[in-house]
Amino acid sequence: MSGVGVGAGKSSRLRGPKMTLKYKNFYVMLFLILIVGIVVTGIFQFWPHDMDSDQDSLSRHKRSQYLNYHGEITIKTNSAKPLIGNESCTFHTCFNVSHCGYNDENRISVYIYPLVRYLDENDVSISIPLSKEFHEILTTIANSDFYTENADEACLFLPSLDLLNQNNVRLDVTAQVLQTLPRWNNGTNHLLFNMLPGNMPDYNTTLDVHRGLALLAGGGFSTWSYRRNFDVPIPVYNPMISHIDLPEISYLEKRRYLFVAGQTGIHTEYRADLEKVASTHKNVLVLDKCTMDPTDTSGKFNFTQRCREEKKYNYPHILQHGTFCIVLRGARLGQTALYDCMKASSIPVIIADSYIMPFSEVLDWERAAVVVREDDLADIGHILEDISIEKIHSMRKQVKFYYETYFATIKDITLTTLQIINDRVFPYAGRKYEEWNEPPYRDGVVNPLFLPLMPPKSAGFTAVILTFDRLESLFRVITEVAKTPSLSKVLVVWNNQKKLPPQASLWPKINKPLKVVQTRQNKLSNRFYPYDEIETEAILALDDDIVMMTTDELEFGYQVWREFPDRLVGFPSRLHLWDNTTQKWKYESEWTSEISMVLTGAAFYHKHYSFLYTNAMPGNLKKWVDKHINCEDIAMNFLIANHTRKGAVKVAPRQKFKCPECKNMDMLSADATHLVERSECVHYFTQLYEAMPLKTVEFRADPVLYKDDFPDNLKSYSNIGSL
Amino acid sequence: MQAKKRYVLLASSVICLGLCYYIGLLRFLQNGENLSKYKHQKLVGFMDHKDFRYDQDLHLSARHRRDTWVHKISHKHCRMETCFDMSKCKGDFKVYLYPQSQEKVSSAYSKILTSLQKSRYYTTDPAQACVFVLSIDTLDRDHLSKDYIKNIQSKIESLGTWNNGRNHLLFNLYSGTWPDYVEDLGFDIGEAMLAKASIEVVNFRSGFDISIPLWHKEHPQSGAGSGNLQTTTIPSLRTYTLVFKGKRYLTGIGSETRNSLFHLHNGNDIILLTSCRHGKDWQDFQDKRCATDNAEYDKYDYKVLLHNSTFCLVPRGRRLGSFRFLEALQAGCVPVLLSNGWELPFSEIINWNKAVVWGDERLLFQIPSIVRSMSHQDILSLQQQTQLLWDSYFASIDSIVDTTLEILKDRVMLHRRSSLVWNSVPGGLSSVPDYSDNIQSLPFYYHYLGREPGLKFTAVVYATNCILLTSSPLYKLLKNIGKSQSLDRIIIIWHCDTPPPPWNRWPLESSTPIHIVQSHKSYVRTISARFIPYKDIQTEAVLSLDEDALLTTDEVDFAFSVWREFPERIVGYPGRNHYWSDAHERWAYTSKWTNDYSMVLTSAAFIHRYYLHYYSNYTSKLLLKTVNQLHNCEDILMNFVVSHLTKQPPIKVTQRKLYKDSMAPGRTSKWLEAEHFNQRQICMNTFVDAFGYVPLKRSSARFDPLLYKDPVANFRKKYKQIEAVVS
Repeated sequence: MSGVGVGAGKSSRLRGPKMTLKYKNFYVMLFLILIVGIVVTGIFQFWPHDMDSDQDSLSRHKRSQYLNYHGEITIKTNSAKPLIGNESCTFHTCFNVSHCGYNDENRISVYIYPLVRYLDENDVSISIPLSKEFHEILTTIANSDFYTENADEACLFLPSLDLLNQNNVRLDVTAQVLQTLPRWNNGTNHLLFNMLPGNMPDYNTTLDVHRGLALLAGGGFSTWSYRRNFDVPIPVYNPMISHIDLPEISYLEKRRYLFVAGQTGIHTEYRADLEKVASTHKNVLVLDKCTMDPTDTSGKFNFTQRCREEKKYNYPHILQHGTFCIVLRGARLGQTALYDCMKASSIPVIIADSYIMPFSEVLDWERAAVVVREDDLADIGHILEDISIEKIHSMRKQVKFYYETYFATIKDITLTTLQIINDRVFPYAGRKYEEWNEPPYRDGVVNPLFLPLMPPKSAGFTAVILTFDRLESLFRVITEVAKTPSLSKVLVVWNNQKKLPPQASLWPKINKPLKVVQTRQNKLSNRFYPYDEIETEAILALDDDIVMMTTDELEFGYQVWREFPDRLVGFPSRLHLWDNTTQKWKYESEWTSEISMVLTGAAFYHKHYSFLYTNAMPGNLKKWVDKHINCEDIAMNFLIANHTRKGAVKVAPRQKFKCPECKNMDMLSADATHLVERSECVHYFTQLYEAMPLKTVEFRADPVLYKDDFPDNLKSYSNIGSL
Repeated sequence: MQAKKRYVLLASSVICLGLCYYIGLLRFLQNGENLSKYKHQKLVGFMDHKDFRYDQDLHLSARHRRDTWVHKISHKHCRMETCFDMSKCKGDFKVYLYPQSQEKVSSAYSKILTSLQKSRYYTTDPAQACVFVLSIDTLDRDHLSKDYIKNIQSKIESLGTWNNGRNHLLFNLYSGTWPDYVEDLGFDIGEAMLAKASIEVVNFRSGFDISIPLWHKEHPQSGAGSGNLQTTTIPSLRTYTLVFKGKRYLTGIGSETRNSLFHLHNGNDIILLTSCRHGKDWQDFQDKRCATDNAEYDKYDYKVLLHNSTFCLVPRGRRLGSFRFLEALQAGCVPVLLSNGWELPFSEIINWNKAVVWGDERLLFQIPSIVRSMSHQDILSLQQQTQLLWDSYFASIDSIVDTTLEILKDRVMLHRRSSLVWNSVPGGLSSVPDYSDNIQSLPFYYHYLGREPGLKFTAVVYATNCILLTSSPLYKLLKNIGKSQSLDRIIIIWHCDTPPPPWNRWPLESSTPIHIVQSHKSYVRTISARFIPYKDIQTEAVLSLDEDALLTTDEVDFAFSVWREFPERIVGYPGRNHYWSDAHERWAYTSKWTNDYSMVLTSAAFIHRYYLHYYSNYTSKLLLKTVNQLHNCEDILMNFVVSHLTKQPPIKVTQRKLYKDSMAPGRTSKWLEAEHFNQRQICMNTFVDAFGYVPLKRSSARFDPLLYKDPVANFRKKYKQIEAVVS
């Protein structure tokens, strides 16, 4: 559109040079028209993007679909109703999995009924206009990967009936409406969202609409109404404060009050208890709604204000000043106060016997909330005072994480609900405890080899030797390593594509199996590939020029690895250091009193790390190493340290491995350019890992009787060389 | 002419623009249509202030509401809130066991009773008790069974403190019988809690009942470490992918699932074998497949399958649970559940997702593709988890009973273990919740939390020598320790009748806090006083010392640096070993120089503060009494405790072996030494009996400083003093 405008401008400017004063006005006019034209078109261009800038036209289509009514249906007064909910429903008895199918994504599909205006026989609308929140539930699902337009392939059905607040629901006719849904089938696999259940004065803990076998995502289940592994307990979202921005506060910051109780409408007996606590503890704040003008019968009160006697406080801001935040049962069991407290990053104290916490199937509330029995309410001051500051800090972090991930928006709540149901349908592909309960970016790790096991000595190890063409030295290494009693197999990784490995008869004769695998490409990562031929957990990675290792050293190295099978255990050690001048990490090969790496020229490690090296390295690290033909050993150190947060173990004093004749250190490693390259590697890997995982230690492992004045023949490992 | 051209140009420009406007307007209208709808339907929140106004809790009385529950809610829906009297558990958590009557008790139940009597919560006073356990055997309520107790109702009701079952815990393994196997104990259990095997989800009173596993008659009374998984095996190396070998029921409840298993059997990596031979009259019901199935069944050995398969199918039997479940768990064979609606053992605390694969009886044919789709990493972690759970909660009757009691205790106590603690190494029974309310202060979660141990330690010196001279070993020791930069404070347990010298006599700089625990308190008189977790110990690391220990500052610092990498172990100097003595047919303790060690004595060792707490409060009272009476062996017991919790050996640092100052005055005589040594032999065996197994692990590596005794210049070495130490 604007292109046309520019084109017109160009053609007019062709006449420019012939311009005379006489036509000046004309051209000015023409020019102005064009400018105005372009500006107006521009506005048209960008106008719609302001409205929903990040959504494509498809989702706009879906979105509007759930705003438009697709017809009207009149419900007869005497039409059928579903059965009242079945209290003993379980996933296995009431949920039909056969429609959920086995698919590669392990994902359920959700169908949303089109929006229909339901009328009763008097032509009065049954359903209230959609609330903002329910509309958001619909659009969230419609825009999610769970959504399907095809009801035939759907696993879960969502009626477009807003049942979030039972106060707005006509119970009987709504049940009749449910019965009319084309795929209702007594509610099987239908999901209903409800946040405020029950009616005055006793408030049941679930939606009172008859709903057959439907699942309920409800805000306020009690232990009696909640059907484990079937319903989903969800938080009660609070639309009255959700738009308020609260200032960010650090979890370390000290708060003014031990606790703040900001709820309205709690029982007078409980309020009296709280007041009693307030009278004995100076640092607690018990608030109520501000007294209204008695003449005002509108029922309106300012939700964002709370009072203590005459003093007014802003709500929920005041909650931020309390270490703890009271969530006491009201007439309803589920309370918006939980949402409010968490929004304010204040640790919720749940005082509501039999209340089922939101998403309790997957969230570990022990780490984010304090649960106190209603009986102990009067004691709450002491109970909370006893909680340690470390626990408070970790709970605050957890509260913030839970809130931001699962609570903050209707979208979060909706998707969490669906994910929980999804995990039930595909439990073997479900999210793990850590995925639900630990922030994605954290310092800690789950060690892949977390079980303290000492593999039996008899299992032995496989020596994996990467070689290119140094046959003589290779054969020497093979002959030497074959003398180690615990060796179970030698695997030579033949990385030379131009030359075939020598005939079997030419290889050294050893009393252990010897296998050669030929690689397709000369890549360094081949040495860490988890070959099927490796039938032991323990791998000894060896360079083909490590000729100085003694049998005792290797055998002892294997023994140490058995004691620390999750670590890298080896002989050549190195250190990383922070270089203040370059402001970078530096690689150090000097003999020092500290080490942080063990080189895989001669090191034991668990075969699992070969899987991880091959399949689970961050970014392009593996390719990068193959391209630079260097630093695969450093990469392995980073990998293992990153998965375990543990240091490598250097075994025995030896630091010279290659050349018995040379007086100096191993020449290659001392090379200055080599060191620069290696430092570059350390620097680059640190960037990829976004942290420095390597750990520095000051020890090495020696045999128990090393250097002891003790007969050599009684020592298990006597031939331990020095440096 | 020119004018004409100009006007043509002008006209065409205007037309162009007009076109632009037109198209733009069309779009605008389209959008406007949507837009107006948004405006028209101004969406409102699902609740507003009115809902809050009506929300006032107007119930007659909040307390009354709770009290009415108790009456309104039937026993079928018992919860702790309604059917349990919390007031009985104020203070301490105690379990009362009714005195044994004349009634016969099955061997399984008598093992449970034995475990309860050994428990640290056991009491003989019903007035103190929080939980009551019957001595009447309720394990087998199948009235066809030989262990079935008749007239149980009247027997129970005649108990004085039955109180309609309130606060009672009933153990049950089998209920109901052919043909429907209802989950009913055949008598009115009142408000009692059930610790029951094979409960169905709908009958399980969540948070009230406890689901327990089904175990064999041979299940050991005590002991641990019997998990079969010795190495985290690489999945591809196990011969089979999925195995099952068991009875086929042909008809009746639970037969459907097992009858269809043959479809999945491929004779290659999926071996699912069923036998029709079951009961007396199986031949009456046999179908066409029975002959071939039986033949195939006899070809394989169950144990071989179990130990050589990655996954083990655990289908329901007549009842939901089966022995197979624990067998698979022990073998490190990942259970694949095919038992819809089964409430798994200890489901209240165990996150079974981490250790089993859930199959669905309705989707039997998906099982092969599900197990094949599991990633290498998932299998590795499932395998390890089976062992963790087995060793922590199922390995013996003791651990099953202990777990049951700990679950109950967590319910009534304020501090509970989080799911993380129950489901990660070393397990919930090893991480006691009353030590601290946050897991950061435990030695097991540093890596999980991404934390490192603190930079300071507290030295706890056990002094019996009562005179402080500049020549006395204590004086030298304190002087050396005082120089360590990592020292937070020194605690001296002054095990003497004379008062300690004034603080200016101590060889310490005034900046080093020194705290003296004096012996006028009776508990200080015991040898275990050195392991009391005193409030003044504010660091995670505790350096436990005998007054005559010989240590240089460098040795202290180096050992501390090693400890910081292994905070869950004992790290120290005096290494000791144990072995099985064939001659005496008992375990023996030795202080000889050997190629490995299994203990590091606490006369010079770093140890996490948590272990002091565990030692003082959670080791068997009987063992503590033994130690205190002998005034010996407390260091061996500590090694037992730590290895029991961690399943790992301690760490010996550097060469030093001579750790006692032989010049010290008041050395014990040779005879006393021998006596002392003999006691230690006895201790070893008493401990092994009490633990039910030998928790000690051996290590053959000792940790030296880098460059230790290497021929390099001294300036490169960080801990130079250690070089000079004579071993």
